[in-house]
Amino acid sequence: MPKLDLRGVVKQFGDHMVCNGIDLVVEEGQMVCLIGASGAGKSTLLRCINLLEPIEDGAIYLDGQDISVPGLNPQSVRARIGIVFQSFNLFPHMTALENVMLAPRRVRGQSRAQLLPEVKALFERFGLADRMNKYPDQLSGGQQQRVAIVRALAMKPEVMLFDEITSALDPQLVGEVLDVLLMLKGQGMTMVMATHEMGFARQAADKVCFLKDGRIVEEGPPQSIFETPTQDATQRFLARALK
Amino acid sequence: MPGPSTAGMTRRERYEAQQKRRSALIAATSTVTVVAALYFLVPLAPGWAKVQQSFFNGEVLIKTFPKLLDAFRINVMIFAWSAPAIAVLGLLIALARDAKSPALFPLRIFGAAFTDVFRGVPVILTVYLIGFGIPGLGLPRPWNSPYIWGSLALILTYSAYVAEIFRSGIDSVHHSQRAAALSLGLSERQVMRDVVLPQAIRNVVPSQMNMLIALQKDVSLLSFIGPVEIFRQAGVFKSLLANFTPYVGAAIIFLVVTIPATRYADHLMARQMRERR
Amino acid sequence: MSRMLSIAVASIALSSAAHAQGDCAAGKTLTDGKFTVATGNPAYYPWVLDDAPEKGEGFEAAVAFAVAEEMGFDASDVVWVRSSFDEAIQPGAKSFDVNIQQYSITPERDQVVDFSAPYYTAPMAVLVGANATGTEATLEALKGLQWGAVGSTTAVPKLAGVIQPDSDPLLYGDNADVNAAIIANQIDAALFDLPTALYLSAVVVEGSKVIGQFPADPDDNPDQFGMLLEEGNPLKTCIDAALASLSESGKLAAIEAKWLQDTTGVPLIR
Repeated sequence: MPKLDLRGVVKQFGDHMVCNGIDLVVEEGQMVCLIGASGAGKSTLLRCINLLEPIEDGAIYLDGQDISVPGLNPQSVRARIGIVFQSFNLFPHMTALENVMLAPRRVRGQSRAQLLPEVKALFERFGLADRMNKYPDQLSGGQQQRVAIVRALAMKPEVMLFDEITSALDPQLVGEVLDVLLMLKGQGMTMVMATHEMGFARQAADKVCFLKDGRIVEEGPPQSIFETPTQDATQRFLARALK
Repeated sequence: MPGPSTAGMTRRERYEAQQKRRSALIAATSTVTVVAALYFLVPLAPGWAKVQQSFFNGEVLIKTFPKLLDAFRINVMIFAWSAPAIAVLGLLIALARDAKSPALFPLRIFGAAFTDVFRGVPVILTVYLIGFGIPGLGLPRPWNSPYIWGSLALILTYSAYVAEIFRSGIDSVHHSQRAAALSLGLSERQVMRDVVLPQAIRNVVPSQMNMLIALQKDVSLLSFIGPVEIFRQAGVFKSLLANFTPYVGAAIIFLVVTIPATRYADHLMARQMRERR
Repeated sequence: MSRMLSIAVASIALSSAAHAQGDCAAGKTLTDGKFTVATGNPAYYPWVLDDAPEKGEGFEAAVAFAVAEEMGFDASDVVWVRSSFDEAIQPGAKSFDVNIQQYSITPERDQVVDFSAPYYTAPMAVLVGANATGTEATLEALKGLQWGAVGSTTAVPKLAGVIQPDSDPLLYGDNADVNAAIIANQIDAALFDLPTALYLSAVVVEGSKVIGQFPADPDDNPDQFGMLLEEGNPLKTCIDAALASLSESGKLAAIEAKWLQDTTGVPLIR
């Protein structure tokens, strides 16, 4: 049974068809990269998986359970699927530590004292030990994004979604964030990421999907997508993206 | 010789320092001229002696000032219990107006009606209607006190404004903050309480400061239904002494409080503008 | 030149015969040949009936017309305007010759404006609401009441100086607000001049009662109503002469008897 299974997912904003029947299978421990031009539907698809956007048609299965049933309480699902955004979205009125502890405290009812050892360990693992008590505006972009990843991991999710998490970073900071993803992959985390980092997708992904106009035009292992794309659209996109 | 001068300043710094001195000199000269003109010309107006006698009468001021100050304690008292009530009620109304659950629909309607009514009626009318009207229903003393019902009128009116400011604060928190909080598994209520409200409240502190200043002044409207606060006390003196100076005294007392508060609100506002940039 | 002469003649005439003062006011009024009288807005019963002073009904309206007549004005020469106390005492040109609306003469006010000789001596009276009608007319009993008054009247110093109530009085902008406070039972009692108190109790405030009046003892600074004039207005001497003559001839007393209720039935406060 796949970890995540999307079947014919349709998402519309008014007349605009953002996801137009998307099928996608993600196996346990896989890293899937979604590539494609801006507006192809990558971000929306991730938000649909996290139930931040309700879908119009199709279904999403997590461990074989349909999580897209209308009326299902999204909270229990979101606790199992973490998402990290392009713009970090840290809570500016809280320190890094408070940002990370908020959800475990509120959703799982754990106390600060209970949480502190494991959260501290997370901060240390991601090289942020000396940044725990800083506010977001005292951190660099790369540090903020790593805190955002720690915040999502603190809920011990089974799947992580990454929405162009390096797009808002200065080029010299991109590396430190991507290293974190490699580390997670090494630990067997199931991950779906929308990205413009073609080099990274080629190096680290188990599967790459090329999206255009709300459809997956072509998918496969990175070698085949990047070296022998079969579709014209994929070739044109890669020609521009890899220039 | 190019480069740093003897004073250790670059050519540009010297030029800027000179410009700065120049503007300071011009500002000082024009201020002194205007003040001097007012100081010397106004007393030349034919009615000045009489105006001075009835508005700026030192003797009357000295005689009435202590009692005015005493009466101002009543303003401070009414302010002190009204302001926290306004903050709480204003926040509740704001939350009621943004309630999404269908069960709370009546609350939403109520919140909207509340803000429409109390923002639409002049404060003084509300003070009259509530201050005399509700006690007129036959409440026993001390529950019919004008202090209670007058304060309530202020609280209701100001809550309507404060609620709208809180709502604008809630709207000012970017929706991505909500999305991030929801994605972590927090409930709508937790998102509002832990993520949206703390930021919203912080965003509107300067605007709410201005409401506090306005409230401090509007406390005087309670004088119409009985309490002898500073405005009424000044009016009593005006009638007894046939002199308007007590009003000037009251204005001075208000200014001593409101000018620093206004400056502080402006300072907060300016800082917020800088932070957003 | 002829005017100077007529003024001179008039002032001589004034000292000899009250009736010959017809020209006293000549040239001293706001508009020549007219006598401009200000009153409150609104003007209250029984001082002015129906808020229509031009009809000459009500005590102050009648007094104004009588004074005008004494000074040689026809009734049609009397012009009525409205004015507040604040307008009356503010510096600058006035819109009236005299202002008549129960102004109590006080030394402080007299420094800023001029007052005519008093046209009425008003005893202060206690109006109580329905819940306090059983109060005895003694100072001792009055102290325990919750008091109210119009903040701009001499009732305020009277309260503070004579009654000295146990709790701070509540003060209001006008009679109507004091009435509202009595009806709402926020105050037990209010201090008014006696004619006003009698009117309010009889017509306006249901269940209220005038339980006592303060003796109009001349040693006790009784409230005396005077017409208010701009400080230094030369018309004052003419007004005073007219009032003196009305008083002497008994006309003033007749006006009072006609428009003001007999007040002897109200007990004195001990």
